[in-house]
Amino acid sequence: MAPEDIRWGHEDEPGDLFDQSAVSEQPGGATVPRSFLSMAQSVVWHSDPSRFSRLYAFLWRLNDKPGLMADCADPALSRLRLMEKNVHRCQHKMKAFVRFREVGSPDAPRRSFAAWFEPTHHTIEPTAGFFARRFADMDWRIYSPGVSVIFESGKTRFIEDQPRLDLPEDAGEALWITYFQNIFNPARLNVQAMQSEMPKKYWKNMPEAAAIPDLIASAPERARQMAAAEPTSPPLRAEKILARQRRQGRAPVLGEQ
Amino acid sequence: MNIMAQYSLSQKLAILSDAAKYDASCASSGTNRRDSRGGKSLGSSEGSGICHAYAPDGRCISLLKILMTNFCIYDCSYCVNRVSSNVQRARFSVDEVVRLTIDFYRRNYIEGLFLSSGIIRSPDATMLDMVRIVEKLRHEENFRGYIHLKTIPDASPELVEKAGLLADRLSINVELPTDASVAKHAPEKKPAQIRKAMADVRARKDAARDRSHTGKRPPRFAPAGQSTQMIIGADGSSDATVLGQSTRLYSGYKLKRVYYSAFSPIRDSSAKLPLISPPLQREHRLYQADWLLRFYQFDLDEITSVTPDGNLDLDIDPKLAWALANRGLFPVDINVAPKEMLLRVPGFGVKLVGRMLQTRRQRTLRYEDIGRMGGSMKKAKAFVTAGGWSPGGLTDSADLRARFAPPPKQLSLF
Ligand code: SF4
Repeated sequence: MAPEDIRWGHEDEPGDLFDQSAVSEQPGGATVPRSFLSMAQSVVWHSDPSRFSRLYAFLWRLNDKPGLMADCADPALSRLRLMEKNVHRCQHKMKAFVRFREVGSPDAPRRSFAAWFEPTHHTIEPTAGFFARRFADMDWRIYSPGVSVIFESGKTRFIEDQPRLDLPEDAGEALWITYFQNIFNPARLNVQAMQSEMPKKYWKNMPEAAAIPDLIASAPERARQMAAAEPTSPPLRAEKILARQRRQGRAPVLGEQ
Repeated sequence: MNIMAQYSLSQKLAILSDAAKYDASCASSGTNRRDSRGGKSLGSSEGSGICHAYAPDGRCISLLKILMTNFCIYDCSYCVNRVSSNVQRARFSVDEVVRLTIDFYRRNYIEGLFLSSGIIRSPDATMLDMVRIVEKLRHEENFRGYIHLKTIPDASPELVEKAGLLADRLSINVELPTDASVAKHAPEKKPAQIRKAMADVRARKDAARDRSHTGKRPPRFAPAGQSTQMIIGADGSSDATVLGQSTRLYSGYKLKRVYYSAFSPIRDSSAKLPLISPPLQREHRLYQADWLLRFYQFDLDEITSVTPDGNLDLDIDPKLAWALANRGLFPVDINVAPKEMLLRVPGFGVKLVGRMLQTRRQRTLRYEDIGRMGGSMKKAKAFVTAGGWSPGGLTDSADLRARFAPPPKQLSLF
């Protein structure tokens, strides 16, 4: 069927059309290059409603010109490649920026966590496997405005249109923020580099982001103070420790720690 | 008598992460693939690393990077933890590090742990405690995430062996680019000892690759390899010296990475070292040059010979500096030039070159194709010809460098 004869709805039931089996089952169906399939498997999760028609139109051209997948500068292909890249990036950011809160007892035999995450594309489903492989010994849920994923006793399932819940406070977050504040080097302030990798749209669901404005504001003064401080004289114990090492030529027992 | 105050876990974390931030490495990539399917363990690694956050200094936060203790009996003048500094001292217990790692990991804050330590009591005693932490993580918590251990230079070979079987990556910092600088600024450290430790790790890694006569493969040893760090700007070494050292380290010890860390003001700094704002641009250029050496088939002297004093040009990247000094080789025709030459075109990266080679088997490449492949002609256009494009006199024009170098600006302290 020619691309211009098809109207694509907004219904998000992707996947089947480009499944290897689905394609090869069509009588007289053309063979589809593997590279197209793997690209399509990402592009279908893009939020752009034109994704299916773009994929199909390109597939149609591919039929006549199998070499087209190798033409990295074909405008339609490079547009699809860009969509693929957007989806990959969104998946990567989800793996990075989901923040779980503990919702069960820390002493329970199987611990239990939940998160709220707002992906740019339809990223929850293709990325759930990553979390299942990583956090197999605990229960976890990632809620999002569209599809949410629930992992319980080793089984993954998806639910839709979950209302936004308030997750309970988690004491672990304070330690994480402490870490975030102290691993930062104020003498190397580079806000732009931070934001290009961690865009602001993610901040509202990341506990450490609340600390960022203060860290930025105080950085120049902290760096200036470090540079301006006079060298202090070493603590008394330093000379003793160094003298002992010099005598022994090897690190000695320092006494009780 | 206990000479440290009693700190809460949070205070210890503040002190011992502050003390760890001068180590540039936070990589968590390149180890063997594994996961926790089956539900008996926690953690995975799937090849590429993940940066779970970025600090306002723009640096990736991938690992919980902490010192076990910032107590140290050595006196390295560039280091915030040296014995002669007056910073607060703290020490984590084994269980505290294990708990922090697991609790951070379960909340998806980190890929794993990067543990290093000041030297307390003796190198072996320090290393033993670090190994106990990792053992507990792996064997009691069944943790399969990433672990990077900074090994203590003089620790016994048995302990390093154990560490390599438990950790993904081992590292030892060479600290400064020359032995003379190490002798001056880190008098207790012995460069020969550091090199021997790196050679041992390499030998163990190599041995772990060979199957025994029974055909059984020995357990993997530090599968993500070893790395090191050099501090830039604390001594007078030129970039040529720094890169020369890196080249030897890469080839001699098969290091995965050499990190360059711009010397940065620290609290309670030593009177022996000048306090300067960190030479970040220099650090950046060194990483670019390092990249050219490893992935673009440049030789060291090609990069350093185009600099007047052995220091990289801060205003333009080292590939562009090389191309400007070798304009006779340009312009190249992107439709016929061999891969090695395409890689030398300023602005062309490895990925883009791969796409160009693939596409030009189909048809002739035109100027506007480069943008559609995700590349940029901003720098490259002076150095290439393509369908519909010739640089004409641009390649040899006198003001070519000025087009790329930023306008001179006033120096400021920060
Ligand atoms: S050995 Fe030197 S560099 Fe390492 S912590 Fe001690 S003083 Fe710092």
